Amino acid sequence: MSRDAILALALIAMIGLVSVRFPGFASPDSLLGVFNDTSILIILALGQMAVVLTRCIDLSMASNLALTGMCCAMLNAAYPQLPIVLLLVVAMLIGALLGSINGVLVWKLDIPPIVVTLGTLTIFRGVIFLISDGQWVNAHEMSPAFKALPRAEVLGLPMLSWVALICIALMYFVVTRTPQGRAFFAVGGNPDAAVYTGIDVGRTRFNAFVLSGALSGICGYLWVSRYAVAYVDIAGGFELDVVAACVIGGISIAGGIGSVAGAVLGALFLGVIKNALPVVNISPFWQQAISGAAIIIAVVFNARAERRSGRIILRQAETT
Amino acid sequence: MMKKSLKVLSAAVVAGTLAIAPAQAEDMRIALVVKALGIGFFEAAAKGAEEAAAELGGVEIIYTGPTDTTAEGQIEVINSLIAQKVDAIAVSANDQDALVPALKKAMTRGITVISWDSGVAPEGRQMHLNPSSNPLIGNMIVKMAADHLPDGGDVAVLSASATATNQNIWIEEMNKVVGNYPGINVVATVYGDDLSDKSYREAQGLMSSHPDLKAIIAPTSVGIVAAAQAVSDAGKAGEILVTGLGLPSEMAAHVESGASKSFAIWNPIDLGYAATMISYNLAKGDAEATAGGEIGMGRLGAVTLGESLDGAMADPFVYDSSNIADFKDIF
Repeated sequence: MSRDAILALALIAMIGLVSVRFPGFASPDSLLGVFNDTSILIILALGQMAVVLTRCIDLSMASNLALTGMCCAMLNAAYPQLPIVLLLVVAMLIGALLGSINGVLVWKLDIPPIVVTLGTLTIFRGVIFLISDGQWVNAHEMSPAFKALPRAEVLGLPMLSWVALICIALMYFVVTRTPQGRAFFAVGGNPDAAVYTGIDVGRTRFNAFVLSGALSGICGYLWVSRYAVAYVDIAGGFELDVVAACVIGGISIAGGIGSVAGAVLGALFLGVIKNALPVVNISPFWQQAISGAAIIIAVVFNARAERRSGRIILRQAETT
Repeated sequence: MMKKSLKVLSAAVVAGTLAIAPAQAEDMRIALVVKALGIGFFEAAAKGAEEAAAELGGVEIIYTGPTDTTAEGQIEVINSLIAQKVDAIAVSANDQDALVPALKKAMTRGITVISWDSGVAPEGRQMHLNPSSNPLIGNMIVKMAADHLPDGGDVAVLSASATATNQNIWIEEMNKVVGNYPGINVVATVYGDDLSDKSYREAQGLMSSHPDLKAIIAPTSVGIVAAAQAVSDAGKAGEILVTGLGLPSEMAAHVESGASKSFAIWNPIDLGYAATMISYNLAKGDAEATAGGEIGMGRLGAVTLGESLDGAMADPFVYDSSNIADFKDIF
């Protein structure tokens, strides 16, 4: 059985477990709510997946999200007549620009990605403080259209969920059907071999960072309009959730292994936990321990799955 | 002749200055030193100070502060006020210890020094005025819910993190007095960790696990905004009441949507007014800052000082649809 299938079963088992304590949880409405709530995490996990596939990591995603979100909110407050679609494009471009800073530093200066993004994580937060002066952009300063987009329902599903679905589809296409997508795997799987096949390792990593930046930018707008508030600390610490979603989804931190389905399932796994804990009535101190334990269990499963596949190859070698 | 007329002239000048001098001496100069200029909250406090000055008469308010929220900037401002020989300094401090030497110097020169809003260590001031007190806050947050629920009902608390000291004290104080509001039943206390997304999710959780919920009390500014948003997104604005502590600018849209009918926080105008009144009474010698003593605050009554010479001004001020428009651009 594939790893994604195991994770999907674990997800269903978890939903079943929660609905024993809180029957309403497994209703279609409630599950769609969970998906909608997890949309932003899914989009971010897709971006992180591209970066992790190339044997890098992007810790600046949440700060990028917060900075872009603040830019969008301030733009909207200053020019409420600006069309929201244009704002969404601006968000994507700002995010991509911030991502390209990471990309250039990793590509041209050859600094380890964890160091680069740890630096930009703090820098981006600092910039939010500089441009906003520490002030909040509040709901009454945002235009109604700005706040309405993620909530607008199309075919019974909020736009926020649709954006996530579109991102999933696009990422699936990029990863499985384009040379760029194959390059992500090649660069992470074996950088030396990738060079011999004519792939520019640095440029591929750069592209992955720009992609994750652009997705963070989109999430910046979505976050700010969903919660109708922008301030310096929004999505603080969210980068760790994104990395956790990828790890749970079986995307190897060592690069080269992973799938879109894995990233989505990993994000949903965390999303279900996050949405289940408030309704099952557990002390907040236990909640944190449970979230952590769930992550470790998922990773242990993944590690076992990886090791088993290694053994099978050996056994075949012995028998022949 | 010429000399004589000069003498007469100079005598007239002297007489003139003498005639003006007593009027100047009567004008008491009270300096309101804020964390930084250009902050709506403090501009509003200055408005209150002017109100007090007009009421008292013969009081000049010097509204001043550094351009950024640094202790160094405030020390410079305080030193220049000492040089100007003002009668009183009322300061909202950027650092509770760094200002102490400068303020001590002011006190040795006979200047009355008090702190308000953000305090100074006891040795650096004669008294400190808190905007409110923990018991008053704890009472107010449940009172606001009870006022809109004449028949009582289930209410839940959405706090910051489980280890947040302020919130825990307020909730504890609230639970002490909840019995005074018949029918009000606190069914849960959940923690949003002052994160928008977690607070939003916890508010959703409260709504689904307590179908009879009538109100969410969030004594934290991130939490109250997230809860109000979650309630209106669920289409339950007006059905489930969101209340607690928040800022008018952050809550304006949610009062408009009906998700929140009322919430509380300090009134900066009253705070500036009270700080000026207290400074005046202390500088005039009408009152003395002693533990257990009382100092008049004009229309706000009197403040009673505690062991460390600090006191609470009043109940948190309640904001609702009637006054939010006036305050949403202030802070």
